[in-house]
Amino acid sequence: MQRIGVFVCWCGSNIAGTVDVQAVSEALKNEPGVVFSANYQYMCSQAGQNMIIDAVKEHNLTGIVVCSCSPRMHEATFRKTAATAGLNPYMVEIANIREQCSWVHKDMLTGTEKAIILGKAAVAKVNLNTPLVAGETPVTKRALVIGGGIAGIQTALDIAEAGFPVDIVETKPTIGGKMAQLDKTFPTLDCAACILTPKMVDVAQNENIRIFSYSEVTEVKGFVGNFDVTVKKKARYVNEDICTGCGACVEKCPMKKVPNEFNLGMDNRSAIYIPFAQAVPKVATIDPNHCNMLKNGRCGVCSKVCAAGAIDYKQQDEYIQEKYGAIVVATGFNPISMDKFDEYAYNQSKDVITSLEFERLTNAAGPTAGKLLRPSDLKHPHTIVFVQCVGSRCASCAEKGKEYCSKICCMYTAKHAMLTRDKYPDTEVYVFYIDVRTPGKSFDEFYRRAVEEYGVHYIKGMVGKVFPEGDKLKVQASDLLNNKQLHIDADLVVLAAAIEPDKSARPLATMLTASMDTNDFFTEAHPKLRPVESPTAGVFLSGTCQGPKDIPETVSQASAAAAKVVSLLVKDKLKGNPCVASSDELMCNGCSSCERVCPYGAITYEDKEFRMPNRTVAIRRVAKVNPAVCQGCGCCTVVCPSGAMDLRGFANRQIIAEVDAICK
Amino acid sequence: MNNKLKNTRDEIVRISGVNPKKCMKCGKCTATCPAFDEMEYHPHQFVAMVENGDIQPLLESESLYRCLSCFACVDRCPRGVEPAKLVEAVRLTVIRQKGGNHLKTDDIPALLDENIPQQALVSALRKYAK
Amino acid sequence: MQVNERKPLIVAFCCNWCSYAGADLAGNNRLSYPADVKIIKVPCSCRVNPMFILRAFQRGADGVILCGCHPGDCHYTSGNYYTRRRMALLFSMLDYLGIEKERTRVEWVSAAEGAKFAATMNDFAQTVAALGENKRLEDLRCKK
Repeated sequence: MQRIGVFVCWCGSNIAGTVDVQAVSEALKNEPGVVFSANYQYMCSQAGQNMIIDAVKEHNLTGIVVCSCSPRMHEATFRKTAATAGLNPYMVEIANIREQCSWVHKDMLTGTEKAIILGKAAVAKVNLNTPLVAGETPVTKRALVIGGGIAGIQTALDIAEAGFPVDIVETKPTIGGKMAQLDKTFPTLDCAACILTPKMVDVAQNENIRIFSYSEVTEVKGFVGNFDVTVKKKARYVNEDICTGCGACVEKCPMKKVPNEFNLGMDNRSAIYIPFAQAVPKVATIDPNHCNMLKNGRCGVCSKVCAAGAIDYKQQDEYIQEKYGAIVVATGFNPISMDKFDEYAYNQSKDVITSLEFERLTNAAGPTAGKLLRPSDLKHPHTIVFVQCVGSRCASCAEKGKEYCSKICCMYTAKHAMLTRDKYPDTEVYVFYIDVRTPGKSFDEFYRRAVEEYGVHYIKGMVGKVFPEGDKLKVQASDLLNNKQLHIDADLVVLAAAIEPDKSARPLATMLTASMDTNDFFTEAHPKLRPVESPTAGVFLSGTCQGPKDIPETVSQASAAAAKVVSLLVKDKLKGNPCVASSDELMCNGCSSCERVCPYGAITYEDKEFRMPNRTVAIRRVAKVNPAVCQGCGCCTVVCPSGAMDLRGFANRQIIAEVDAICK
Repeated sequence: MNNKLKNTRDEIVRISGVNPKKCMKCGKCTATCPAFDEMEYHPHQFVAMVENGDIQPLLESESLYRCLSCFACVDRCPRGVEPAKLVEAVRLTVIRQKGGNHLKTDDIPALLDENIPQQALVSALRKYAK
Repeated sequence: MQVNERKPLIVAFCCNWCSYAGADLAGNNRLSYPADVKIIKVPCSCRVNPMFILRAFQRGADGVILCGCHPGDCHYTSGNYYTRRRMALLFSMLDYLGIEKERTRVEWVSAAEGAKFAATMNDFAQTVAALGENKRLEDLRCKK
């Protein structure tokens, strides 16, 4: 039997004004288990807390009921008080007689009546409380960053800087991501490579960082502090440790007609390739789909020219297992496919390109060495039409576009338009927009400069269709402000394609049990207050995998995610929430119902030996809850057909006792 | 907006099943419209005018009969507003107010051509009815 | 003769993250609702075992209401979806047993919706009061 102390708070007149606190403490005195009952002006004050501590000692209390404000206010305070008095903090229950009683009822009589009932319910619950101890789990002091774009790079650098080892897993042969493909970056127009490549080198040289390039995560097990991850290192047929990145093989490879994905297929590369000059790691990779040696055994030139002897045609995929304390998702984005936008003739004309392709066309390391030439005939374009919101803000057809605003297009289109006018003042540049959205530091000034100083024609309206005629592109568009339909003969049409999360994100989310929204962006734990954490403990979000972002935002989120990771890894042990589910092995029949509803994958099954009558042993499959992963929602307790599963702190018996106390 | 206009507006919205509030004023419908030069009010204006209850000018406009019902605007609209259906509904409203079709059903077989798409036929019936 | 107006007895299960906070907000804003409503805090609406509701009706409750986060907003990502389905089944069974559907309700109240919480409780209490005294479920095992 518990020895319970009841403490009724006046909260000045907040409670005492509508509730007869004296009557409440008198009434609760006679409840089962209650050995002490008192009331005081401010229970949360130091004097009030001392009163509780003294009463615990004097009356050997084992449980405490505080009738006061909402537990959301002061539950933590009174739990600490209990701990100071030597009690288990989870032996405290709060009866909410302020927010849910005195403040919402006007009449003293009804208020007092209800306060007594709420107090009785709390007493009934405490009678069944058991001391709870939060479980502790050790933390593996190593972080995994999935994705090696600017988000992943920044996160990894920050974590490594704090002294923790980090692994980056990148599916491409090099880190760098989309930013490596860009030419200049808005609004300051620094060259992307100039600010990115030093960071890539930092990553390569940082002894706390390992890069698994040309690799992917295939399996994630475990939970916060203790993830077990399998990484598949795809065979690149080149020994990474030996290859010096000299490029002799690339030069001599006879198979030179492979579309170069780094330049978005606008030129060709060889079957053995290094994506770009500043690649990290600077190691060659053989594309098995195009290498003659791998396809039919006839070639072997690269192996002959490689002075280091790094070529290994027999290399196999390698699976690496590693433990991590925290995982950062930085899988990034891709522009959407333009296949469904027939009206813009993307598939009919080489001169209709996406903005990312335009980015490569103006990049000094791109297919035209930075000269703006149209892809079809390599002539200089004199009229360029930029179309914004291609597939963004498109709610009519989910297959075609995306309902959200892609956020970065307004600014990069302004940048493209401005740079074009700057380099080629003889070029007419038209930008068709629905709205120009430029919230950001120096963003609107940048856009206005494009209009006012560089003479870019911004037209409020949309392009309705583009069709090739001769060597021109006929563009039919609307000019809403002048209520006109425009017909422009363009040389080049640039589509600001919407961006979407990388395709690898969805299967990864399943592996991580991290949740996603309908657009396959990862959801954050709280949209405002916890923007870089996923609802799954130990999984953090960095960059565009969480939503469209420009580079400054991506970098700040990446650093924020790193800070969160560091504050996790710096702990030796993690204290969990003790109010978790637990299963009674003797009652569990191993039906898996609970496992199926658990949103966290906290429930597993194990075969356990049970002693049976006559010295026999039976092996039964029983549920096991991992207290470090369980968040304590209690969904499993309801689906359990045998009643084996229960939730600590909110046990079936406790809630029923509350129901009984209320319905007396 | 007076009550009568409001009723007409609501009726047009009801017949067409179009929600003009979905329009984000991008103008892709007007950019697409092949009959632009023939029209006094263009597809995006139709949507805006119906939403604002600016119905009377629409009812009186020749633009109603210039719409080809090609449905390009319906196809291209990124928000699924379907301006052509709205034009169709305004047309219907005019016809209803005037009372009935002015092409007799008996006249139709003589006008039939195998190659005419059904949609064009139905629109023609309404468009050239008076 | 004085007629003593009967007060209905209503049990409200509120999830810790949204609805309980919503109820607190109703309190903070002093939005009144009948004292007949007594709140029990649960971590998530999906913690509410149908057993608890049956027990309430056995013990003489006139109405039971469950409040949780709005669909899609569950703190535990999917708990309220389970609640929605479970309660649809339970409530139709209770209806079959003679406990009118109006006596049971699931409502989504976010932490920001203090006004909605109060309005919901006012409406529910009124509905339940209008139905009069409830039939009491009996536990046959207790009759032996």
